[in-house]
Amino acid sequence: MSEAASLVLDRVSRRFGDLAAVAEMSLTIPPGELVVLLGPSGCGKTTTLRMIAGFLQPTEGDIRLDGRSILPLPAHRREMGIVFQSYALFPHLSVARNVAFGLEMRRMPKSDIAAQTAEMLRLVKLHDLAARLPRELSGGQQQRVALARALAIHPRLLLLDEPLSNLDAALRAEMAREIRLLQRDRGITTVMVTHDQAEAMALADRLVVMRDGRVQQSGRQEDLYERPANPFVASFIGGSNLLAGRLDADRLVLAEGAAIALAGHYSAGGPASLAVRPESIHLAWPEASARIGGEVELCTYLGATIEHIVRLDAGSSVVVRGPGLGPGATSRHHPGTRVALHWSAAEERLFDAADAPVAAVVASETIQGEKACTD
Amino acid sequence: MAAINLLVAIGAIVIGLPLVLTLYLSLFDEKFITYPPRGYTLSWYPAIIPNFGGPLLVSGELAGLAVVASLLLGVPAAIGLYRHRSRLSSAIAALLLAPITFPDIALSLAIYVFLVLIEQLTTLEFVGFTGLVLAHVLITTPWVVRLCLASLANHDSAAEEAAASLGARPITVIRRVTLPAMRAGIVAAALFAFIVSFDNLAMALFLAAPGVTTLPVAILEYLEYHIDPLVAAVAVAQMLIIGAALLVLDRFVRIAQVVR
Repeated sequence: MSEAASLVLDRVSRRFGDLAAVAEMSLTIPPGELVVLLGPSGCGKTTTLRMIAGFLQPTEGDIRLDGRSILPLPAHRREMGIVFQSYALFPHLSVARNVAFGLEMRRMPKSDIAAQTAEMLRLVKLHDLAARLPRELSGGQQQRVALARALAIHPRLLLLDEPLSNLDAALRAEMAREIRLLQRDRGITTVMVTHDQAEAMALADRLVVMRDGRVQQSGRQEDLYERPANPFVASFIGGSNLLAGRLDADRLVLAEGAAIALAGHYSAGGPASLAVRPESIHLAWPEASARIGGEVELCTYLGATIEHIVRLDAGSSVVVRGPGLGPGATSRHHPGTRVALHWSAAEERLFDAADAPVAAVVASETIQGEKACTD
Repeated sequence: MAAINLLVAIGAIVIGLPLVLTLYLSLFDEKFITYPPRGYTLSWYPAIIPNFGGPLLVSGELAGLAVVASLLLGVPAAIGLYRHRSRLSSAIAALLLAPITFPDIALSLAIYVFLVLIEQLTTLEFVGFTGLVLAHVLITTPWVVRLCLASLANHDSAAEEAAASLGARPITVIRRVTLPAMRAGIVAAALFAFIVSFDNLAMALFLAAPGVTTLPVAILEYLEYHIDPLVAAVAVAQMLIIGAALLVLDRFVRIAQVVR
């Protein structure tokens, strides 16, 4: 097995005409880590992957593998295993010949190729289907062939381009688990690209959230979920209600005129936006101490959770989600019911006009807030 | 449903009747085609070789060379056009297809004038077999490009990137991934190119030199002086040759899938 490699992207940019698909991207991946590039379509994640693979040259910056620049190397000499969104199997070759392709390119002895191919197929549990053609396999099986083919060459880096997006939900979870275990087993440095945050959270050691060609935030799942660097990350990872307004001490005056009584105290002022996750908000009967009041528009029972859409007095709507079962189960409010919204200081994120987080001075109202919502 | 069946029947008759009649005529035991014939004979068929053997060989050789040359030109062109899609490449694709839209007879006159001009400027000789091959390549290449491009329409270009990532050099990618994906298209292209060339009359009218007579020209010349069942026999023989080629090729690829 080849040694795991470290990958460094050093201020890599890629321009298409006037458009910067990737701008000044820097990233360091230690050996054996699985990093997921996450973002909406057009954010530059696939362009980045294609630059690492050698299908695109960066217009600026450097990409180094184990400290050595790989930019002079054409794709066929970079020794990277790639799993494509479409699997990209060779339709005229059998499963075994697909897996053997990379080994044949390396001019290995025939007996070695056969032995290694058989081993890879056992690894992905497809040894019974070695003689089949790709079109005779299901989506999940084709995906496994693609993975085996990529791993067979003992690549220095594994690149996964939306590997799960063509699979149905049940298969996706199973495949995600398998990829994770294989990757950890072989200790292979991996870069994966996806637009699906749940998929990213499930697979990643570390996530890199991208938007408009720029890295928004990079970190572990907890970092992104609990300490989003800007409103975009707050809403993209896990989903957040975003409310824009003007910060005035401990109140956020919304554009429509109404004000939210914030849980924390802030010394700053000026335009700001507030991010609160749907599961952080608790609903109660209308009362004076509420952060803000509103009227239930829609109540949906989803089994494990209950979801309310609440139209605030200020006009905009927020999503509120609570557990549907157990002792802490959310009570259901009918559409048209007036409710009070509560959350604690630890659960609100404030961002200034430049989208940078605003820190609270003191956060002492947590206890009061918690009390109110259990009433 | 009955109306559709009727249409199918009419279609079958319109297509099939001339073929059947040709076959019928080729069996007449008559010097001139008169109906009803005195009797039936197979003796016209052995007469094909002494009368049309030479032109048949010329046409076969010409079509074979045109097929090889147009594949050598058209297949790489299709791969190039498929890989680099831009306004320029669509313009080139349109240009490559242009000879199909040009009336054959005007095209062959133009080629003739052009080749004579070239011959006057150089000492080379083009009019004759060389000129015919070049002219036929001109009209067969568009078919090759068109059919090869069609065969790549559903091809996933990620397969080529996958091959590259597995260590295949660009030329190996073409040999191991692109060409196999085009296989059906290439076979269909070869067949179409052969038929287009074998059947072409206009080019040979202007470009044939003494001793270089193609089958269509030979048939036309023969018809000027004779109207006998031999021509029908030649037509049947030509149908059989092409039909056999179709059958053989259909075993390798489902042509219907490619032409669509």
